[in-house]
Amino acid sequence: MPRVYITRKGLNIKLKGKAEKIFVKADPAELYAVKPTDFHLLVPKLEVKEGDVVKAGTPLFHDKNNPAIKFASPVSGIVASINRGERRVIQEVIIKASADLVYEQFPKGDPAAMDRDQIISVILSSGTWPAIRQRPYNIIASPARTPKSIFISAFDTAPLGPDFDFLIKGSEKEFQAGIDVLARLTPGLVHVNISDEFPASPAFSKARNARVNYFRGPHPAGNAGIQIHRIDPVNKGEIVWTIGPQEVIMIGRLFMNGVYDASKVVALTGSEVLKARYYRLISGASIKNIVLNNVTEGDHRYISGNVLTGTRIDPEGYVGYYDSQVTVIPEGTEPEFLGWAKPGFGKFSLSRTFFSWLAPGREYRINTNMQGGHRAFVATGVYEKVLPMKIYPMQLFKAIMIEDIELMEQLGIYEIAEEDVALCEYVCPSKMELQALVRKGLDLMIKEMS
Amino acid sequence: MKFLSRYIDSIKPHFSKGGKFEKLSATFEAFETFLFVPGKVTTRGAHIRDSLDMKRLMSIVVIALLPALLFGMYNAGYQHFKLIGETRTFWPIFGFGFLKVLPILVISYVTGLAIEFAFAQIRGHEVNEGFLVTGMLIPLVMPVNVPLWMVVVATAFAVIIGKEVFGGTGMNILNPALTARAFLFFAYPGDMTGDRVWVAGGGAIPPDASTGATVLGNMAQSVIDKVGFSELVSKLPGDLDAFLGFIPGSIGETSKLAILIGAFILVYTGVGSWKIIVSTVVGGLAMGWLLNAFSANAYMEIPAYKHLLYGGFAFGAVFMATDPVTASQTETGKWIYGFLIGMLAILIRVLNPAYPEGMMLAILLMNVFAPLIDHYVLQANISKRERRLKKALKLNNQ
Repeated sequence: MPRVYITRKGLNIKLKGKAEKIFVKADPAELYAVKPTDFHLLVPKLEVKEGDVVKAGTPLFHDKNNPAIKFASPVSGIVASINRGERRVIQEVIIKASADLVYEQFPKGDPAAMDRDQIISVILSSGTWPAIRQRPYNIIASPARTPKSIFISAFDTAPLGPDFDFLIKGSEKEFQAGIDVLARLTPGLVHVNISDEFPASPAFSKARNARVNYFRGPHPAGNAGIQIHRIDPVNKGEIVWTIGPQEVIMIGRLFMNGVYDASKVVALTGSEVLKARYYRLISGASIKNIVLNNVTEGDHRYISGNVLTGTRIDPEGYVGYYDSQVTVIPEGTEPEFLGWAKPGFGKFSLSRTFFSWLAPGREYRINTNMQGGHRAFVATGVYEKVLPMKIYPMQLFKAIMIEDIELMEQLGIYEIAEEDVALCEYVCPSKMELQALVRKGLDLMIKEMS
Repeated sequence: MKFLSRYIDSIKPHFSKGGKFEKLSATFEAFETFLFVPGKVTTRGAHIRDSLDMKRLMSIVVIALLPALLFGMYNAGYQHFKLIGETRTFWPIFGFGFLKVLPILVISYVTGLAIEFAFAQIRGHEVNEGFLVTGMLIPLVMPVNVPLWMVVVATAFAVIIGKEVFGGTGMNILNPALTARAFLFFAYPGDMTGDRVWVAGGGAIPPDASTGATVLGNMAQSVIDKVGFSELVSKLPGDLDAFLGFIPGSIGETSKLAILIGAFILVYTGVGSWKIIVSTVVGGLAMGWLLNAFSANAYMEIPAYKHLLYGGFAFGAVFMATDPVTASQTETGKWIYGFLIGMLAILIRVLNPAYPEGMMLAILLMNVFAPLIDHYVLQANISKRERRLKKALKLNNQ
């Protein structure tokens, strides 16, 4: 019997708009984007220019600091535009899809018969490599390093998170093929982590070449960072890789079929979505077609990812590289008269300071309001209630604020990533921006260590 | 409310950078956020935020303090009429106490908030809501007869020396309300201790009457007078009276029932740390039993549970020790911190008759030691991590 890891700290934010378990095939998007901004610290170097014809798998740009890491076009078509932001930093490379999908061909192969370097070079050349991220620092994995283990979190506890057991349907073989590849990349174990609370897809629970671990507890139990901390914590100098289930499937397809097939399932969720469903589309697709006539009237925020860690996008924006979810929630620009003093029957909170505790089962329509002004850092002890790690979050945050590298290291910065403190940021009564703070701390460490 | 919201938006530019009243921006922000939860939306990081903000958090503590305040008002009247030997109905009693306590409350808020606003202005940060609680706590730990000018001086001392010199809200080492009380206790002992100060209108009392003394004062005196246990017990109020609060004492500390209601609110809403409250009570009981075991004098023989009923022990445990800024900030540390407060409070009370009330000093002392406790708790975490690293390195080398 595999071990069940139980976490108690955390919080499930009950939002309206969970995706119904129905696959919908929307009209394929016309435009697709690969966004260098999805990859932290990446300095992109373009390999194409506007008007170039590309296939699915043709590299669009590579990492200037590590040219082997390429970023491929998810579809075939023409490079429609290259959008730049401030100081001409590349924001998006937009591809206009052609009617039929044409793939670049990569060598197929049985990973068991290939050596580690061969496998890595296939993944790198196909542009699939950025799917693999590393801890510490939560950045694209360095192909030069060998991880002590690889973690796949196959359940999402984030608000309105997609059900991976549902969206893996039809790709079970590819998932296993992906694991077989990953198992060749580490001398340690590949961990497939699933929830103990409901039966998981056999593709996860009966995965071969991997160790299956069970987790039980509120969000963030589904975060790879929490799972690594419990099973195989990152010490100074050690590397652990993480990868999402849909990216494992892409690697599987690469080795089975010899193509970069970036098709994936994205859950459209949120209180403002009329029909919250699962959509089959291709990574980087514009959300235009799936939200068209499918959201309520009003001023909304469109998020690629979940409400805690996702990225804000336009109503015609593009699904992020690592995201399996799009969330639409109302903007909260309307000031609320004496809002802090109301009984608050409809206000969700970790604490019981609003009378919403009278209705525990209720689902909430939460908007983007800050719910209060920024205040001084007061040690209210709320962070400790939502971080299921043997880490002292407040002390770590203060160490980052004063940029004390040694103290950050001692207090466990290697084990943490922005997403792990997203709930701390959510509950903070002083309305601090803690994800940005932790990112700053991680960047400081990268600079210090290089 | 649209009208008000529009009006605020229309005058906002004057208070922003470059406006006419730029210097008053903190004051403007304070009033604006008081009236409206601002329409400000998240820009980066989490797209939604918990409904709880500092204002709500502090309001909950103020609500938790209300039962103690209201009973304190009633008790001020009750003790007065009891001492002069008159009987009145409920409303005159409450009315008398209300008029005695309200000025102290108003003075404390006005003084403190004026200083808070001034500092926010000078430092250019937001006005923090912490003083909403401190301003309420200060009157509740004062004797009802305290002169108003002393409240002004003590509040100013507490806010400036106790809080702002350390960098303001969230940075202070000592609990500001207790700093105010300690300041008066050492600067004007005549107005903070003895038989005269605890009952309003004490001036009309015949000089030989000693009924105005607190229980703790009586007990401390008994040690000096070397009275026997049975005589001491005969002087004590009944447990029920002490629990309900019909005894002389600081305004908010007498009713353990009102404090329990407050404790329930704090713990149930998740605002106060139940760990600190429980460990303080356990520490107090432990010390009480330890003293029972020695029983060198009558005071030491007092049953341990009675210590919880007298003086500021309960009030301190629920509302003072739990102040998150000055308490230990690690979960393990909270147990140690609370336990030591409980022990020290009873130790000072019983063994040092010069300080009849040990709670104030115990909490202030542990406020000072809280960072040290946290330091050792953190060190344990750090060395665990280092040990893990050493183990991993050893495995790799094999």
